[in-house]
Parts: sequence; structure tokens; C-alpha cells
Amino acid sequence: MSTTANSVSAVAAGFDAAQLSKDFPALNQLVHGKPLVYLDNAATSQKPRSVIDAIIRFYEEDCSNIHRGVHLLSERATKAYEEVRLAVQQFIHAASPAEVIFVRGATEAINLVAQSYGRTHVQAGDAVLISAMEHHSNIVPWQILCEEKGAKLHVIPMNDRGELLLEEYEKLLTPETKLVAVAHVSNALGTINPVRQIIRMAHERGIPVLVDGAQAVPHLQVDVQDLDCDFYAFSGHKMYGPTGIGILYGKQRLLEAMPPYQGGGDMISSVTFEKTTYNKLPYKFEAGTPDIAGAIGLGAAIDYVSRLGLDAIAAHEHELLVHATEALRQVPGLRLVGTAKEKASVLSFLFGDVHPHDIGTILDREGIAIRTGHHCAQPLMRRLGVAATARASLAFYNRREDVDVLVAGLHKVREVFG
Amino acid sequence: MSSELRDLYQEVIIDHSRKPRNFGKPEGANRNAEGVNPLCGDQITLYLKLSGDVIEDIGFQGAGCAISKASASLMTAALKKKTKAEAEALFERVHSMISEGPKSKVDPEELGKLAVLSGVWEFPARVKCATLAWHTLRSALDGAGAPVSTE
Repeated sequence: MSTTANSVSAVAAGFDAAQLSKDFPALNQLVHGKPLVYLDNAATSQKPRSVIDAIIRFYEEDCSNIHRGVHLLSERATKAYEEVRLAVQQFIHAASPAEVIFVRGATEAINLVAQSYGRTHVQAGDAVLISAMEHHSNIVPWQILCEEKGAKLHVIPMNDRGELLLEEYEKLLTPETKLVAVAHVSNALGTINPVRQIIRMAHERGIPVLVDGAQAVPHLQVDVQDLDCDFYAFSGHKMYGPTGIGILYGKQRLLEAMPPYQGGGDMISSVTFEKTTYNKLPYKFEAGTPDIAGAIGLGAAIDYVSRLGLDAIAAHEHELLVHATEALRQVPGLRLVGTAKEKASVLSFLFGDVHPHDIGTILDREGIAIRTGHHCAQPLMRRLGVAATARASLAFYNRREDVDVLVAGLHKVREVFG
Repeated sequence: MSSELRDLYQEVIIDHSRKPRNFGKPEGANRNAEGVNPLCGDQITLYLKLSGDVIEDIGFQGAGCAISKASASLMTAALKKKTKAEAEALFERVHSMISEGPKSKVDPEELGKLAVLSGVWEFPARVKCATLAWHTLRSALDGAGAPVSTE
């Protein structure tokens, strides 16, 4: 949170979150008779009208299967689907559209790498290195792999603020380490990890790196070539797109050498009962009819975000984070969990001896949606010595007023619990 | 504050969650069972001292939200010196009250202090918090020993 707060607030000045929130139908409703204050964006973001319309338009006008029909609808659907691939390529600055693979979400992207790259390159006695703040989706696929192969899962430790210890990380980059898999932004703490440095350190030892970008793409400019990551995984639904669609980026050289993840239609060039020749990239990894409408919705989300500009989004969210951090710190008995210097707009907290679920229920009755629980990061919760936290996660359509409603809601919680 | 919230967080609930009764392992406990709610991380270990068919003593340990702790605390207070059959019957009535609300045939008034759990019905996401201790009770009575999960 240290970075150039002054220069970013200048950029944020022209940002009209109130106006933008009108683009999101679900935001404009009453919950328990109160205007909805949606602060659960790290779980999923709301969808702008343009995304919803794009999905409807596909089903009403272009609905057909892709890559096979000779008829007009199929041509239009195929064109729309492949144009989204190009948009994703630009969005994350990939070198080629062949490096952009449509999957169901970040979870499937990581499983794909674990099952395809991992099973090829990780053997008995090897190690996979993850971090203390990973989401279960970046732990369990590696555990499954390690168990199958007799490999070890090593964990980069962190300090109490929620920052990875790079000197410890360096020690864990052993000759046995075959892959590093780390979150770009922590879903539970908001920490922005120094992935560029993490990648450079791994590459100095010839170790490839997968970055789980699910929490990063809605908030930060991502340039996979600049990061030099080997794999980058993210979901559409956390960046204002639909659920059921996500992206695996992989360096072409690595993807070419990897075996398919799933077999089926579209991922083949020719099939006989004796032998199948696989299709070229990216189709080799896209077996079966994909979520075409989802991809088209993702394209509309990328359009929306790109029109706003991630720099402007980041600036507004940073200003909100600073305001929210300050406001929450002034609530008596409240303790922020995750106070890294570099943070995205996620505020995990504990509130006196009130259990997060009770906080969540009382806030819900005030129209405030937050997440409570372990945030699919049980090992992280154990490391922090807590069973659960309450988490407010902010998006660009949130305003300072939303934070103020949250603070007022917390005073209600205090009232109930005396 | 909304009346539903007041119904949920009645003083008895807050009191039992802050000062749970029968917290700890009773002397001579001869049955126990583990219950977890994986969604919230609520966790309870329930201990019974059964002599014949009678619950001579009962206690619990664990961590969870106000609803799950208060429910466990109230349950242990209600079950002392009750028979297994009475405990089973109480399970059925409390479960029905919490999960079915006004549709339930159980009149909360008949359940004494446990009636304070009736407000949970208005909060579907919290029903599992309130029933965790009760499912764990069943497992302890069955003596099966397998951990109970609300999922």
C-alpha cells in the first residue's frame, strides 16, 4: 500500500463509481429492505449489463457449435469465440493466441497444468513449491500430483503481515524443485506478491513458475511476457465476466511439449481406433464443446474493463483501500488480518470475540454482503491461528460511502453483542 | 435492529455463547463424538458419561459462532440425567423446530430454554450452525465414532 498514493488519487479523481455501479443490474436492489452494499467481490464480482447482453445475444442470434459447422450461425459463433481469444491475448499481453486456452476457471487451469505438465515432469523425490497463502485450488491439485508421484509439497513461509519470506523461498529452490506455483494476489489477505522477483529467482535455477492470477486480473495490469511466468491462470467471474469460463496462459514451448489434459472432440486432428493425432495449440487442450456463451461474456467483460482502464481501476481501488483501512482501524476491537505493504482491495478482519459468521449474518440484515469463513485457505487460517475471518473485498464500483455503511454495520454488530 | 435479528441473537444465546455451560470433558466420560461444519470451520467434540441408558454427565469442547456454541451449551444443559430415548426424541423436536420453523408441529414453548433456537429458522445459512451439536449428539449416542459433518 506504499506506492505513490498521491499520484494514483489524481488519476482516481475523475472516476465515478456511483455512475458505473448503475451498469450492474444486480447492484441496484434492496436486500432485507436496505440498498445492497456488495463487498464480496473476491468471491465473485457482479456483471455489467453489457456482459449479460452479450450472453443473451449469443443465445438469441448466434447459438450454434463452433469449429465445425459450415452454416452461418456456426461461422458467427466461431468468429466471436476466437475474437475473445485474441482479446484475452491482448489483455494479458501474451505473445500468441495459441498460448490462450479456454478452461472453466482458474481451478481447472491449475489442474490442467498439474495433470499434464506435472505428471510429465515431476517424479519421485521431486518437489513442488507453493506458498503459505494459497487458495485450496492451488494446493490440492499439487497434493494429488505429489501423492501419485511420491513427490513432496514444500511451502514458502510468510510473516505475520502476510508477506512471503523471499530469503526462505530462495532456500526452498532446490535441485529437486520442479515447479513453483504461487498466487499473484492473496484472496484472503489481499497481499500482492512480488511475482516478478519470485519468477526471476526460480528461472535462475531453471524452474518454471505458475501464477494463480484469479485475484489479480480484476485489479492489476497483467503482462505475462513482462512477468515472464510460464503459466498464468485466472477466472472470468472475478473480473466481471460469467462463471464457468477461465483462462490458462502457457508459454507456447511448454504447451507444445505437454500431453493433452482431456480427450474428446475438437482436440484432435484425426482419429482412428489405432491412433489419434492431436490438434495443434490451443485446441489440443480444449476437448469437447466449450462454454461458448461464457467466452463471449468474458470478451464483453474484457471490453468493459479495458474501456475503464486497469490503471484507473487500480487507482480508485487503492484510494478506497486506504480509506477503508483507516476507517476499520478506528473501529474499537477490530483487528485487520493481512497488512502487507503491497495490497489489493481486500480487508480481512476479526472483531472482538464475535465470530465472523455472526458478523456476516448481522451485516447481511443491513444489506451488506461480505464473506466469512476460511476463504478456501484453511492452511493459511491455521498459520494465522484463526478459524475464520470476515472479509470485505472491494471492486471499482464500490465507493467510500459503502465503506462507511460497513463501519456503521459493525457498530450494529457491537450493539447485538454488547 | 430487525426483529428477526433480535429473535436470532436473544440474550440467552449471547449469554450461552459467551459463557458456555458444561464446557470441557466431564469426569468419567465414556462416549465422545466429533462434529465439524466444513463451511465455517465450526468444530465440536461432545462427551457423554452414559450409565446404562442414562446420560449421567455431558460436556463439550470446540470453537464456533455464537449460534453453534449456544446451541451446544443449551443442549448439554437440557440433556443431563435424560435417557437415550429422551435425548433422541429431543433431537427430533429441536431439529424440526430449527429447520421447519412455523411449519413444524413442535411448539417452541414446550421446549423451555431451547425455544430461543427457534429464531434460527429465519436464517437458512445458519441452520447448520444450530444443528451441529445435535448431530454430534446422535453420533455419540450411536457410538459409531465416525466424525459428523454438516456437509
